[in-house]
Amino acid sequence: MKNLIKYFKPYIFWLIVLIAFVWGQANANLTLPDYMSKIVTDGIVGKNMDAVKSNGVTMLIVTLIGGLCAIAVGFIASKISTGYVRKLREETFIKVEKFSLNEFNSFSTASLATRVTNDMQQIQNVMAMIMRMAFLAPIMGIGSVIKAYHLAPSMSWIILVAIGALSCLIVMLFIVVIPKFSVIQKLVDRLSLQIKETLTGVRVIRAYNKDKDQHTKFNRTNLKSTNLNIFVNRVMALMSPVMMLIMGLSSLAVIWIGAYVINDGNLRIGDLLALMQYVAQTIMAFLMISIVFVMVPRVAVSFRRVNELLATEPVITDIDKPIHLPNKIKGLVKFDNVSFGYEGSDQPVLHDISFTAIPGETTAIIGGTGSGKSTLLNLIPRLYDVTKGVILIDGIDIRNILQSELRSHLGYIPQKASLFSGTVKSNVLYGDGNKKSESDLESAINIAQAKEFIDKLDDGVKSPISQFGSNVSGGQRQRLAIARALAKKPEIYLFDDSFSALDFKTDSTLRKALKKEVAHATFIVIAQRISTIMQAEKIIVIDEGRIVGEGTHQELLKKSKVYREIAQSQLSATELMENK
Amino acid sequence: MEKRKPTAISKGGPMGMRMGGTPQKAKHFKKTMLTILGYMKPYWGYLVLVVVCAVVSTAFAIASPKILGHMTDEIIKGLMGRKGINFDAVAGIGIWLICLYILSAVFSYVQGWIMTNISQKITYAFRKDVSKKISKLPLRYFDKHENGDIVSRVTNDIETISQNLNQSMTQIVTAIITIIGILCMMISISWQLTIIAILVLPISMAFISLVVKRSQKYYDKQQSALGEIDGHVDEMFSNHVIVKTFNGEKQSIDEFNRINTKLYESGWKSQFLSGLMMPIMHFISNLGYVGVAVVGGWLAINGKISVGDIQAFIQYMNQFTQPISQTANIANILQATAAAAERVFEFLNEKEESVETDKLSVPKIIKGEVDFKEVNFGYDIDRPIIKDFTIHIQPRQNVAIVGPTGAGKTTIVNLLMRFYDIDSGSISIDNIDIKDMHRNDVRGLFGMVLQDTWLFYGTIADNIAYGKPNATKKEIVAAAKAAYADHFISTLPDGYDTIISGTSDSISAGEKQLLTIARAILADAPMLILDEATSSVDTRTEALIQSAMDKLSHGRTSFVIAHRLSTIKSADVILVMKDGNIIEHGNHDDLMAKKGYYAELYSSQFSVV
Repeated sequence: MKNLIKYFKPYIFWLIVLIAFVWGQANANLTLPDYMSKIVTDGIVGKNMDAVKSNGVTMLIVTLIGGLCAIAVGFIASKISTGYVRKLREETFIKVEKFSLNEFNSFSTASLATRVTNDMQQIQNVMAMIMRMAFLAPIMGIGSVIKAYHLAPSMSWIILVAIGALSCLIVMLFIVVIPKFSVIQKLVDRLSLQIKETLTGVRVIRAYNKDKDQHTKFNRTNLKSTNLNIFVNRVMALMSPVMMLIMGLSSLAVIWIGAYVINDGNLRIGDLLALMQYVAQTIMAFLMISIVFVMVPRVAVSFRRVNELLATEPVITDIDKPIHLPNKIKGLVKFDNVSFGYEGSDQPVLHDISFTAIPGETTAIIGGTGSGKSTLLNLIPRLYDVTKGVILIDGIDIRNILQSELRSHLGYIPQKASLFSGTVKSNVLYGDGNKKSESDLESAINIAQAKEFIDKLDDGVKSPISQFGSNVSGGQRQRLAIARALAKKPEIYLFDDSFSALDFKTDSTLRKALKKEVAHATFIVIAQRISTIMQAEKIIVIDEGRIVGEGTHQELLKKSKVYREIAQSQLSATELMENK
Repeated sequence: MEKRKPTAISKGGPMGMRMGGTPQKAKHFKKTMLTILGYMKPYWGYLVLVVVCAVVSTAFAIASPKILGHMTDEIIKGLMGRKGINFDAVAGIGIWLICLYILSAVFSYVQGWIMTNISQKITYAFRKDVSKKISKLPLRYFDKHENGDIVSRVTNDIETISQNLNQSMTQIVTAIITIIGILCMMISISWQLTIIAILVLPISMAFISLVVKRSQKYYDKQQSALGEIDGHVDEMFSNHVIVKTFNGEKQSIDEFNRINTKLYESGWKSQFLSGLMMPIMHFISNLGYVGVAVVGGWLAINGKISVGDIQAFIQYMNQFTQPISQTANIANILQATAAAAERVFEFLNEKEESVETDKLSVPKIIKGEVDFKEVNFGYDIDRPIIKDFTIHIQPRQNVAIVGPTGAGKTTIVNLLMRFYDIDSGSISIDNIDIKDMHRNDVRGLFGMVLQDTWLFYGTIADNIAYGKPNATKKEIVAAAKAAYADHFISTLPDGYDTIISGTSDSISAGEKQLLTIARAILADAPMLILDEATSSVDTRTEALIQSAMDKLSHGRTSFVIAHRLSTIKSADVILVMKDGNIIEHGNHDDLMAKKGYYAELYSSQFSVV
């Protein structure tokens, strides 16, 4: 929790000020019944109009002071909670931006996002609430009991009984109901899951004429959920009537029993009103405390989740004295005996990988799903670090280079192209300090074969792109992702099966354009389609994390069994020969 | 590329103040409310009972302060007089009050009990109707609407309706009765005091509306900043690899800080302003209290009213503000309910697939001869995509459907299975127009294996037996074996009883496809629709899938959305699609000789880089 406290430090002074105001607010609230009592006893019963007026004015002043204190509390509480959470949110976001894929895998993307958004909001709301109630409620509760005791010691048991009864009610309801809540939540999830299932499978369901079955299945869950909800709501419906009953009975008790105390001369009539107020205030305070108790565990979970994130240090960091690369590098990529295994897994994904990718050539990597080829590509931008061996760029171990410097020389195109919300232009020119110019934009779009469709858009390169690029087709998205890498003018290109979203024709024109326009660069290309890589200078075949073949298409057809299998499953024998 | 809508975060403001943003407005408020009332029809009797209970319970609750006031008066009378306090009279009032309190609680509980029943049963009926509706809507609807939207109608909207019904039905009744009841009691005590109490109301209303208006503005701003921050976080984290490889961290953090500051500014203001409400209301009610004490004191001194009356009056004043702010809220709640209900009704009123009667029964033995005659079709009536398409397919022929992504290859599937009906022309199977058959019968003629495999939550065995629910274990295993799925199934710890759920990673995409093939094998339909796997499957599983599909299609008329050249080249008929239309058809050699689009497509795949 060290991190969380660290960011709270600037607010400690203000917290003390807040408590002071809470103290004022509580005191004002606690003295009000005194004046009410005086108005009744001295004024009304004593038939003294002046006493009514003067006590009334004092009461108004006390209320005003209490109200101002409450406003100050609200102001400080909202400043502290939002200010603190703002800082916390910023720190967590910066932290996540530093994370490598290792940390992303161990947390999962969705969980990281929840921590930076929902958890933060939860903390903010609950903190404000706690700052308003957690100090006020105990002061008010204890103060009311003390005041009541002073007025009529023999009657303070009424407060205790009322609170006892209330706690019994609350505890009982919670014991019965809380376990059911999680069951209800599960059923609700189940309901939406079943609907989703039916919707995504609507074609298959109709093909097998299973509409009725799906409906029956859904309705079974529906019935279960309804019955459980009826039960829980019936129990919860007890809450409000019983609470009203306790409140009513306790004020009745005050007056009824008070009659005897007054008769003995130990209490004045106006004090009855004050006592009723104290009972009510204690009950309110008690309810506030129970709310705080319900809130605290909830926010504790959020705090723990955020803390977990802040306490995680990224595995991949820059070394203290990095080697700087020149502005223009050659782009020779060398894998030397590289092995890699995911954190916490004994099973290495890559074993002893050695190869060299030469500038001006295409080095293709092919292999089945799970063979480790995407992982291999991820090692070059240091999204993961090698477990054993070394990756060299122009002879320098990439771990000795600043991450940002290394990445500025790499053009990475992911398997599933994704864009940012913005415009075509902002996407193509994305990143690296936006040092890129209009002409970079133009040529990148041309090479990526994106010009034709961009020109058809209403606003050309200024056309809006929505989040994840969902307003353009898969092929268009892929071409923009390629243009984005081209605009960087890197020396090394990393294609992670980036051509599969393109149709065969675009695929081949694009590859031709690449070969022509950026001839000097190093291309490392992962592919599923043999046709995409048949012409590569070097093809590396990976199977279960090991290199099982290396050579050109023709060489591999002769010597590599795995390559032949892949080729045969995609092309027929004659076509394999035709393309000699 | 899963699209995530920004998650809604904690609707209520601090201190439990309910102000869930500007409420959504229903377009036809009255009509929608009437329809909801229609849903309540079976419960009219109960509703009357609810109202009766609420009236009784509230009446008792309202009566009690006045009676408690009598008790105080009794005490004062005793003190003033010579005789001392009449404890019998006090006890009499006390017992009377205990009964009132208990009765009020009991009636209030009975009312809550019944209302729970009604609202839950209505929720049940809503959900049931929506689910039933889903089974009756044409596919066109699902293709045009996002699944998330429909799911949210079934879950969120219906949930809103149920909660609000439960809450507001009770609230409307109690609040109105309370207001009227308290007013009557107040006036019965003293009209002068009542005027003071009522004068306080507009003051506090004015202040509250002033504060609410301000805080609403910042609350809305806060919500929009929250949405923005959610979106940014979602986008950046989902694209983390791109942010990293393009050194976009700084840009991303700068943007985050910009939104974060906006969120902070609106956040603290909204929180502070909504927190103002309590102290202000407290002050104003105390103002009223002092007013009542002063005027009441004067009246009491002059013997016009008793101390007990003043005590009762103060209690009434405290109870007065709550129902009033409730009624102010009811309008919002009703609006929200109507908006939610409207969305549900809109869905329930969508046009359904026509009910079919007087259709021909399908012959027992199907040869599998398929005829397209001058078929015209378009997803939008004014934009036809398939024009005058005619082809004759012999029994047991293989038809390959080819074309670039997005060319509308699934259209053929949609038409064959009667997911969509053609605009003109005819499609017939064994010379029977499929329009003259029951939709279900047409669909029963085809086995279908699609690329995005769909399996439901349940065991592997259940999934394979989907098309033949009474299949024996032996048949299921046989089908799995034929689909080359038996091997991987037996390596799973629970074998055929393994539960398949959305999150199960134990089964790969390719293996799922094998299961859907096994499902089609067991269903044993006379004709087939297949969708060949593309890149997501590893090569070995792909080979298995291919063999299984070849086996399945042997001896049946089959339509294959083809990606593999060998499939395409060996097909009896190739349908070449572009922009939704079938632009060429024939076998490989014919089409190559034609030197058309197909030839171009074919050669581009093997062009030299």
